[in-house]
Amino acid sequence: MNNVENTLSVNFGATLDLASIGHALIVHDVLAPHAAPEWARWLEEIGFVVGEQVMLMARGLPGGDPLVVRVGQSTFALRRAEAACVRIASTNPVHDERGPV
Amino acid sequence: MNQAVIHIHPSGPLLALVGNPNCGKTALFNLLTGSRQKVANYAGVTVERKEGRFITPAGKSLRVLDLPGAYSLYPRSPDERVTCDVLFGRAIGEKRPDLVVCVVDATNLRRNLRLALAIKRLGLPCVVALNMADLAESRGIKIDPVALAVELGLPVVSTVAIKRSGVESLLELFDDQAVWRASTPVSASHSNESDHVAVRHILQRLDLDDVIPHTASDRIDRVVLHPVVGPVLLALVLFLVFQAVFAWAETPMTLIKDVTTSLSDTVSALLPDMWFRSLIVDGVIAGAGGVLVFLPQIVILYFFILVLEESGYLPRAAFLLDRVMGSVGLSGRSFIPLLSSFACAIPGIMAARTIANRRDRLVTIMIAPMMTCSARLPVYALLIGAFIPQRELWGMMELQGLILLGLYFAGIFGAMAVAWVLKRFTSAGREVRPLMMELPSYHLPTVRNIAIGIWQRISIFIKRVGGIILFLTILLWFLASFPGAPDGATGAAIEYSFAGMLGKALALVFEPIGFNWQISIALVPGLAAREVAVSALGTVYALSATGDAAVQALAPLIADQWSLATALSLLAWYVFVPQCLATLAAVKRETGGWTMPAIMAGYLFALAYVASFIAYRVALTMGAG
Repeated sequence: MNNVENTLSVNFGATLDLASIGHALIVHDVLAPHAAPEWARWLEEIGFVVGEQVMLMARGLPGGDPLVVRVGQSTFALRRAEAACVRIASTNPVHDERGPV
Repeated sequence: MNQAVIHIHPSGPLLALVGNPNCGKTALFNLLTGSRQKVANYAGVTVERKEGRFITPAGKSLRVLDLPGAYSLYPRSPDERVTCDVLFGRAIGEKRPDLVVCVVDATNLRRNLRLALAIKRLGLPCVVALNMADLAESRGIKIDPVALAVELGLPVVSTVAIKRSGVESLLELFDDQAVWRASTPVSASHSNESDHVAVRHILQRLDLDDVIPHTASDRIDRVVLHPVVGPVLLALVLFLVFQAVFAWAETPMTLIKDVTTSLSDTVSALLPDMWFRSLIVDGVIAGAGGVLVFLPQIVILYFFILVLEESGYLPRAAFLLDRVMGSVGLSGRSFIPLLSSFACAIPGIMAARTIANRRDRLVTIMIAPMMTCSARLPVYALLIGAFIPQRELWGMMELQGLILLGLYFAGIFGAMAVAWVLKRFTSAGREVRPLMMELPSYHLPTVRNIAIGIWQRISIFIKRVGGIILFLTILLWFLASFPGAPDGATGAAIEYSFAGMLGKALALVFEPIGFNWQISIALVPGLAAREVAVSALGTVYALSATGDAAVQALAPLIADQWSLATALSLLAWYVFVPQCLATLAAVKRETGGWTMPAIMAGYLFALAYVASFIAYRVALTMGAG
């Protein structure tokens, strides 16, 4: 798990809203926007904690918003702006150089 | 401990059910208490408070509170705040629970156990109900309750909230004196981070750390949330719900009206012709009938909502509609209440309870009356029939039908405009509210939960709203009946009543929008319900005919006496006007005070007046005077 943090913070700031559907990922960290600092805590409470397994399941129409996201054992609908708070890493840190997408 | 004020049930130890949303907590509550439930609101907030009572195998009578679902003890909504306040013992008028039953979803221990750890730190006696144990097992998640109990330091029992035998071990636990004794309170400092780490370690030690995919739910979601199939399916579901509320309710509603009428006739025949008979027939029986007539729609709508909610489809529908409703500052959850308001605003306003966000719920309630309800149709039918010629337009559309469609769209447009204005110009509207909505696994709804849910809506409506409607109907009867016509009077009796005086005074106010005094008088008893205005017009014009015959007789009369501009103005009036005291009564009940119904009545009357003024003046300018 420690490798993940190192590789990720250096290599890219990929966020959950940009992930491709069906890829197993893990939460790197959660950064709330300035306008809504409480989002970080709220996202953590529903399961977006560092190291948790996440996966983008589906995108809504029109405009690919909102998103369906699997986090741990739960499924949540998040708007793109909310998913953008969740920075992600690939489940297998060894292949991180290629990026998660 | 705060044990100062106790409402409703004064005796017996108090249990509280606490858990994450969608953990099957309410199903467990229904199973424990059956129909012995009381639904009210928590003091000072419009959060639903459910309390019930049950007997343990040893014969101990216990009170149990079904606290709103919460993800943590850091509240993010009024509902979660209530849960926290009760658990911390600082809720006004609530006793701090003697025992907390922490309901955890066995299929999702990672998230659910964090709340259990947070509750344990409160120092209240606490037991853990490992709910949906059967579902977890069918997914291959094998949890050893004994090992989990050791890890948590709390008693743990497996429960299955959909069958009676599933709670026996929980009931037996309540007879064990040891569980009622508090563990020593740990420091109150909250640490989400460490809870999360602790849960992970517990799951690792119990060999439950693997994420098991929910294949069945995911397969359904591939269809339900499909970019093309999903919306089509949703449209079908919405059509079915609307059709049911609109059409299926018609037969029972006609039946209720027929029974009311025949009861009135019977009573009329028995009593002498005096004010007392009129009070019973036109006041009490008509008022009671006016309450009961809403029940078929409420039952049907709630049946669908509960089935959709229990099955897990409702949040998916909200997901699919999120973008559309988001454009006017609402969320997808507002759609079904608004849709059902096309049948009747009352079930729609009551259905707004399914909207978790307080502001969204309020806005939905406030705009729901602008959806064209079925009670407007008799008024529209009368006016369109009398004033709009039957003419084909461009060989395919009927002018009358087109006007009716236009009236529907005027209501929708008005509602969306108001929602947009509230989004644009209020601080609460501008702030970005997160969606963060759980899409729970699909479940088969159980008959018990649906039945209890419908029964609670019915009793809330009859007890809380019915009384107000009945009172107002009797008040309107009084206004329209007293004082009686003087000797030698030439006009209809209603002209000389308080309603008549009020109407004639209102005629001055309504003169700029083209209403004559007859219309103004008819609007006063028409406050009872929109369609009453038609029969009230019949009364004002002193027609002897009633019911359909009155409409037949009325149409040529008003076509002769009113200008087209007046008719168009009245149509515009009925698009917006809150001429339905039952709606205002329902809003009062749902928002917990008279402020919101007063604001609603104020702004809708203003909107109606402006719309009518524009319609009247434009029509006059175009020579329709």
